[in-house]
Amino acid sequence: MIEARTSSAAGTTLEVPWQELRAIVGEPNLKPATPDDAVLGVQPQMVAFPGTEQELAAALKWADQNGLAVVPRGGGTKLDWGNPPVRADLVLSTARLNRILEHAWADMTASVEAGATVQSFQDTLAQHGQRLAMDPLFSEHATIGGLLSTNDSGTLRLRFGALRDLIIGVTIALSDGTLASSGGKVVKNVAGYDLPKLVTGAMGTLGVITRAVFRLYPLPRTRRTVTLALENAKQANDFVVAVQSSKLAHTGLQIRIGSDGKPDVDVRFAGTETGMDAQCATLRGLSGGTRESGTSMEVWDALQELWRDAPNSVIAKFSVLPSEIGATCEKFRQIGGSFVRWSAVIQATGLGWVRLDAGNAATLESAVRKMRAEVQPFFIQRRPASLTAIDVWGPTSDSFPLMVAVKQQFDPNGTLNPGRFVGGI
Amino acid sequence: MDARILKEFRSVVGERGVISSAEELHTYECDGLTNFRVMPLAVLLPTSTEQVQGIVRICHRERIPFVSRGSGTGLSGGALPVKNGIVISLARMNKILEVDLPNQRMVVQPGVINLDVTGRIIGDEYFYAPDPSSQSVCSIGGNVAENSGGAHCLKYGFTTTHVLGLEVVLSDGSLVHLGGKTLDMPGYDLLGVFVGSEGTLGIATKAILRIVKKPECIRTLLAAFNSTNEAGAAVSEIIAAGMLPAAIEMMDNLSIQAAEASVHANYPDCGGLLLVELDGPQAEVETLMDQVDEICRKCGSWEIRVAQTDAERAVVWKGRKAAFAAVGRISPNYIVQDGVIPRTALPRIMSEIERLSAQAGLRVANVFHAGDGNLHPLVLYDNRIAGQEKAAEALATRILELCVEAGGSITGEHGVGEEKKQMMSKMFAEPDLETMQRVRCAFDPCQLSNPTKVFPRTRMCGEKPGKYQPHPIEVAGLAERF
Repeated sequence: MIEARTSSAAGTTLEVPWQELRAIVGEPNLKPATPDDAVLGVQPQMVAFPGTEQELAAALKWADQNGLAVVPRGGGTKLDWGNPPVRADLVLSTARLNRILEHAWADMTASVEAGATVQSFQDTLAQHGQRLAMDPLFSEHATIGGLLSTNDSGTLRLRFGALRDLIIGVTIALSDGTLASSGGKVVKNVAGYDLPKLVTGAMGTLGVITRAVFRLYPLPRTRRTVTLALENAKQANDFVVAVQSSKLAHTGLQIRIGSDGKPDVDVRFAGTETGMDAQCATLRGLSGGTRESGTSMEVWDALQELWRDAPNSVIAKFSVLPSEIGATCEKFRQIGGSFVRWSAVIQATGLGWVRLDAGNAATLESAVRKMRAEVQPFFIQRRPASLTAIDVWGPTSDSFPLMVAVKQQFDPNGTLNPGRFVGGI
Repeated sequence: MDARILKEFRSVVGERGVISSAEELHTYECDGLTNFRVMPLAVLLPTSTEQVQGIVRICHRERIPFVSRGSGTGLSGGALPVKNGIVISLARMNKILEVDLPNQRMVVQPGVINLDVTGRIIGDEYFYAPDPSSQSVCSIGGNVAENSGGAHCLKYGFTTTHVLGLEVVLSDGSLVHLGGKTLDMPGYDLLGVFVGSEGTLGIATKAILRIVKKPECIRTLLAAFNSTNEAGAAVSEIIAAGMLPAAIEMMDNLSIQAAEASVHANYPDCGGLLLVELDGPQAEVETLMDQVDEICRKCGSWEIRVAQTDAERAVVWKGRKAAFAAVGRISPNYIVQDGVIPRTALPRIMSEIERLSAQAGLRVANVFHAGDGNLHPLVLYDNRIAGQEKAAEALATRILELCVEAGGSITGEHGVGEEKKQMMSKMFAEPDLETMQRVRCAFDPCQLSNPTKVFPRTRMCGEKPGKYQPHPIEVAGLAERF
């Protein structure tokens, strides 16, 4: 049965033998796409739900051979990150690949399929007092595959590193149907190329992640947060650098600041009660009588709170040297002026997120362009429909030709997420 | 080597930058793995990135393979020259270019010695965390190539965790920058794949490193057990208690004897010695050290010592870090292995190694990074006795196979290099290896940068990946696919 058409070859009409894909994934697991499945306004035709990684690889190969463009999808929480795909015919969902394959708690590692949600993974690990030391956005719905592909990270990164530091093994399906594993199940391993890092943050443009292995950390015994109210961005920056230069073993350190220019600095400790008492005392020595405005753990949700009710906002992730956080905030203040409200959550690593709201789209766009000219890298993770024309990634670097060569090797026909990534990859 | 090309190399690096006489070339015919030797056509010693580019451009034009080399301390033959190729030594590019304490970054050239990085900042109480046992002689460029670890990577991570950016000369002579001073540059994590690629993707000519503040308090505990199994049980209990020590090292009786003979670390004479280091805020460390002490006693330790001062710690570590070389005191020859197992498999693998050792009639000394399951079995032999070297090689290989069967790895920090490339097929399936080689083809389509290493077979980059198309030289009957 031949039923739909593809937009893949511009100007021509190809008939897609969807029944072949149906045979691969099973009748109930291929569904016509609805408007809810659109990716930044690009409407795919079908959504497939393979049940095994072999099925997923076969489905991908089939799409590649039929010249279809594939959008891999996990929980769909961050599908609006990246540029709109230039084509989207088939959504490949990992929803049925959601098993936690192994929690080797005594070895502090775990293997998980790509479609498992971050929260379900964490819940399983917590049974043995462990965790993936990562607090990303939307963990209730975000999947491991989506988390890896978008390289999201939160407040724990300062102490435990990025996903690249936590992932120790990966299996990916390539567009020619190859299922390839690299890394392994042990934390220490230098055999072969580190493909787990290569596919982390690749926005699904090299292959579809089907499973991953992570190193784990113990859950903290107890935690404590201290929030300090500082006068201005420079003062907050100086304080953050002072804490970073101290011998404190904090597990979180962030600045929250907005248009009013009054920053809060949050510090988190974890460990034994005795240890934390001593550290809090040291911190007070450093802050020299600065007003403490709270001790609530909720401040660590501030990053996710930026996303609340933000359909018409711009949210951008930026990365600066830790010593330049204050100056960066000052640029936001100047560019924002009185017409753009902004609020930012900035980690002591120099990674920050800024949300911009303005009365009209033109003002917002102008502010985005000015900020990007001043702060690099500055990439957009949320923008209103009126701003979809802006390239979210910004300029490429001298390694871009190498990135194109890697893409060419892994996905020569441009089947996976075409146009979503930097420089139109 | 062709006089015309040699002359051209001289014009790039000067007279003093070229070594081409046979006697001098001997120094470079192997690295720390001395049982493989190949004479290079020439050794070049550039002093700048531009010179590296100049050399590589000539190599690219003439299709001369090159092997980059740091201090030559590698233990897997990664810096072994390749036939009809040259060696590019980065030893003269040894400047520290920038120290940025507020941002905890340093920029260095590849020839800088690992310990000199820490040496430069220790006065400000910072350190560079990766600490391979060879850290007083090995170079940052070599560490980048091998993704070197060390005892403290249990807590602090490997070289790859501490390299934020690289300047790299690709095999066509072009210059690229991977990563950078700030985190999360948009695009593929090519930095992540370059670190640990063993010189096969290009030559790093500059590195941006992350440095770490020295912890407030460091305590090192030595605990003597009757067996490595008892010591291993203590390690499991420490981890299960939710602690993350800075290092957990284990030595068996034979390696203790060797260390004693060599550096007189004054270790207790026991069947299994555990070295546990905790660091962090003082109150925290002291509370946890009491728990470690308790766990060790519960698991059968009959002697526990805690090093309090830097000097005491240095003595404790000296024995451990000298262990490989020390084995030379108790055996004329030895093979160092670098397998990794899930830590919980340790008792099983240990008794299997013991059985194999008895069967082969060869002694095996064991030194472990016990916290992360990285084993360094040292297979002792005497090459004057006919057949012993072969038997030792077979035993070492069998031990690595055991590691793979247990779900581990053939190398935790020494690299695959020349030595273990055939073992790669035991750890990875053909599609896995083929996929890795796609990265190589993207970086180095002419296969000039340390070719013939890491992979059991070279993949021809002219092939269109996935779909079989005969390579032009196959069509011409010049090569066969195997």
